Amino acid sequence: MSDLWKLGDDIADTAAPDGPVETRWERRQFSAKLVNPANRRKLTVIVVGTGLAGGSAAATLAEAGYRVRSYCYQDSPRRAHSIAAQGGINAAKNYRNDGDSVYRLFYDTVKGGDFRARESNVYRLAQVSVNIIDQCVAQGVPFAREYGGLLDNRSFGGTQVSRTFYARGQTGQQLLLGAYQAMERQIAAGAIEMHARHEMLELIVVDGRARGIVVRDLVTGEITCDFADAVVLASGGYGNVFFLSTNAKGCNVTASWRAHRKGALFANPCYTQIHPTCIPESGTHQSKLTLMSESLRNDGRVWVPQRADDKRAPGDIPEDERDYYLERIYPSFGNLVPRDIASRAAKNVCDEGRGVGPGGLGVYLDFADAIARLGRPAVAAKYGNLFEMYQRITGEDPYEVPMRIYPAVHYTMGGLWVDYDLQSTVPGLFVIGEANFSDHGANRLGASALMQGLADGYFVLPNTISNYLASGPFEPLSADHEAVVAARTAVEDRLSRLLAVDGDRTVDSFHRELGHIMWEYCGMERTEEGLTKAIGLIRGLRDEFWSRVKVPGTGEQLNQNLEKAGRVADFFELAELMCIDALHRRESAGGHFRAESQADDGEALRHDDEFGYVAAWEHGETPTLHKENLEFEYVHPSTRSYK
Amino acid sequence: MNLSVRVWRQSGPDDKGRMVTYDVKDISPDASFLEMLDVLNEKLILDGDDPVAFDHDCREGICGMCGMMINGVAHGPERATTTCQLHMRHFADGDVIDVEPWRASAFPVIKDLVVDRSAFDRIIQAGGYITAPTGTAPDAHATPVPKADADAAFEAATCIGCGACVAACPNGSSMLFTAAKVAHLGLLPQGQPERDGRVLDMIDAQDEAGFGGCTNMGECTTVCPKGIPLNLIGRLNTDYRKAARTPH
Amino acid sequence: MALKLLMAVSGLLLVLFLFAHMAGNLKIFLGATSFDHYAHWLRQLGAPLLPDTWYLWIQRTVLTVAVLAHIAAATVLARRARAARPVRYVHRPKVQGSYAARTMRWGGVIILLFVIYHILDLTTGTLNPNSDPQHPYANVVADFAPARWYVTLFYTLSIVAVGFHLRHGLFSAARTLGQQTARGERIARGAALALALVLVVGYLSVPFAVLTGLVS
Repeated sequence: MSDLWKLGDDIADTAAPDGPVETRWERRQFSAKLVNPANRRKLTVIVVGTGLAGGSAAATLAEAGYRVRSYCYQDSPRRAHSIAAQGGINAAKNYRNDGDSVYRLFYDTVKGGDFRARESNVYRLAQVSVNIIDQCVAQGVPFAREYGGLLDNRSFGGTQVSRTFYARGQTGQQLLLGAYQAMERQIAAGAIEMHARHEMLELIVVDGRARGIVVRDLVTGEITCDFADAVVLASGGYGNVFFLSTNAKGCNVTASWRAHRKGALFANPCYTQIHPTCIPESGTHQSKLTLMSESLRNDGRVWVPQRADDKRAPGDIPEDERDYYLERIYPSFGNLVPRDIASRAAKNVCDEGRGVGPGGLGVYLDFADAIARLGRPAVAAKYGNLFEMYQRITGEDPYEVPMRIYPAVHYTMGGLWVDYDLQSTVPGLFVIGEANFSDHGANRLGASALMQGLADGYFVLPNTISNYLASGPFEPLSADHEAVVAARTAVEDRLSRLLAVDGDRTVDSFHRELGHIMWEYCGMERTEEGLTKAIGLIRGLRDEFWSRVKVPGTGEQLNQNLEKAGRVADFFELAELMCIDALHRRESAGGHFRAESQADDGEALRHDDEFGYVAAWEHGETPTLHKENLEFEYVHPSTRSYK
Repeated sequence: MNLSVRVWRQSGPDDKGRMVTYDVKDISPDASFLEMLDVLNEKLILDGDDPVAFDHDCREGICGMCGMMINGVAHGPERATTTCQLHMRHFADGDVIDVEPWRASAFPVIKDLVVDRSAFDRIIQAGGYITAPTGTAPDAHATPVPKADADAAFEAATCIGCGACVAACPNGSSMLFTAAKVAHLGLLPQGQPERDGRVLDMIDAQDEAGFGGCTNMGECTTVCPKGIPLNLIGRLNTDYRKAARTPH
Repeated sequence: MALKLLMAVSGLLLVLFLFAHMAGNLKIFLGATSFDHYAHWLRQLGAPLLPDTWYLWIQRTVLTVAVLAHIAAATVLARRARAARPVRYVHRPKVQGSYAARTMRWGGVIILLFVIYHILDLTTGTLNPNSDPQHPYANVVADFAPARWYVTLFYTLSIVAVGFHLRHGLFSAARTLGQQTARGERIARGAALALALVLVVGYLSVPFAVLTGLVS
């Protein structure tokens, strides 16, 4: 405890059944109340976001007969950022007969999450993973196949089995188009009312229940209130708090944050995943970072010069003056250590002044050995499209010059707290996909994000939401209801305030500066001192934002800077909570590395006795911490080692 | 690099619109085209001018949100590249660059370079899907799909729906977009039951949306950032002919 | 889509006619008797089943319908294309497609004007200097006499226009009728070019033969 936060009561996941983990989901489905098909059309559900989670949920709820209204800020539901996922999707199909099973996927995911996820949820995720593949194939998702016509698999993210299904390097795109097409079918049937280019700016809570949202039409600027019997947030992660990340430019925390301010607890905000193989920044113009598939580390060797400030071209640095640091520090895993380890090692060598490229923020990923060993055609066959992408962005030919890579923010494991039913602490508010916190613990394994998004949307939420909706329809609302007027007025006031400042700094300049602070102090390595400093800096910058930001134009038109300003304003508040969460968690776990908590060899050190809980934060002048204690009945916590 | 950018400015759907010239200074050759516009916008905001509105999101060439005519070519001079992946090193210091929105009556301009592409969604709504309600699916291995078909379906399915094909087509036709979806679903066994109805309804939808007819010019495939091949249009035509002959 | 099929089918019918017509033209190299005999034979084609010139009129009707359908469909499609892009690009470089593909519409108009002239010239004889229905050979020779170089020039330009029109038209028709493989596309494009060239050479051989005195 400190003056930055307070300790509240513990919370428990009351929806989760106990007993044998294998049958918990079945028993929950049986105990959940159902809604008669004839009554479903009297019930309305709002779904915010149209990525893998939101798209699949909207389609499935509409198929079930509910009235669905769907919102996204993009111009089409097909553009949600799930589309950019490259690698694949895990499923415990055991098509390879290599010893995979639901239990093994469950085990790997709990362990990979560094023992900070809920066993019940993860087991269910592994169970429904097999149905996802069936569903997607039936929709026409063109997964990679073998010559026999059956689905191909590959291994991914350091697991020992081949359970990853993929569609070239565009798995996310193909899965999203499947969900999008299912949605469009329901839109044509009149079961989904789609509102593209609309942004949710507030949650409407009436008598303690989530009953609707306030949205802004991004084209006309019109503010409207939409009412429903339940609200589903599928609005993605908050990696853009760092300004530079692999997220799309529009990705934001606003929907989640507004819900948090209305009473939904925000869990584990400090768990962020930094991906080691991204293309480094090339200058101050940089607006986003591009991920290169992790598979490159299968053949590329990572190195930096041995001495600091070595400005020679890579080809001029002789072999004995290079430091293949991953191979040196982790002889048994070498270049294939997990994401968090590889990222932090890169940061360390750059901190020593040995980084390469502009600003010294990069390390080499060298294919010279692979080309010598396998020949250029074989390397091209495996990585040709990635090399092409690299060359398009950097203008350098990776066949001739080693690639430069650097870690970048990629995924956020934290999110709104939900119970086993995926319901937040505000009744009627459900949160799915990356927006919730539930399944990945402190670190997400590769190819698991797509699995979780679709599991939530296709199979989990449509089954659990009925338990809540069975007590509806709720009393009809009108625009002049006190709570509705208050929500709407809050939105309008906020927009007016943003426009009224009329200062001398652009929204982007603030966002960039906030990102620098977060990356520096709440990035790959965190310290008490740094986090404390960051909180002060963030507060100062936030005050400056509200007195100096310049938002051109008006609220009654397409105004992209006004959109950004609202998002950045929420990022300031989130950033502070992230730092507080990181500060309070005096252990290292998964994507959260506290310099004070490391083993003698510099590896992450968890403190299960003290921190074996989910940190769920309640909004307030001073945030209140509610702990959900995690129990491990099946997978017992152990130390991850890759040496 | 220092450049002159002539940008189409149109305050709203009812405004007539015009080209306006701006000077952009000190642009890094490593910046992307959109980052160059970011720099321009930062300056415009601080000067008290209205920044240029343009659509963009993932900035890694996959969401399909960005797109503009750059010197009259959809997505600019580099082949198989979206605007967000086009870098300024492909231009020379002192260049004058013309930037215009996609122009098609089915893609009305909302503001500056932002257009409304919802007509594409309506084409998909008409039949660009396989009816497979959640929970009804058989095991994924129940129906093997020949690898060649699966690969060809994937190629067609890589379309990002950016609209460059329409923007480049002298007829303002959406044929390549529709053909890609018809081919993707028609190549798979799961897509067979709805194959006839799909192609007829999707063609109706694209005609209704006000897209022009295809005259097999091939402009679309030239600018397509994903290289969707022109011959898919032939496939679409065959499907259409067969479907039109079959009584429904 | 139906319009495009109509374009393809009517266009192919007209191409078939062009080849038959060319074969007849080339008979001019076999001498006046042979050529005139061929022309007379045409009028009696189908006899005795059909009365004199009936076949010719049937063919003329079919061709006229095909031409009208081709033009009507092209007009509707062109208007639709114009409606699909009401505001033009300020900066629009030449499209990447072939010259042939770009000139389909104006090329079509030139060809139409030529066909009208050609009928008035060598079918009805209205504009022919010789105008002797019994001796078409003499009509042709008179037509392309060196003094009337402008007729030959117009004829040449029109035939070249036909060549371009077919080069894209034949490929496009194949596409519309469902050609869809990459190999098929190469073949279709090659065949379209070859057929267009054969027609251009075949048709131009006659006036140039007259011009150079090879046929007189």
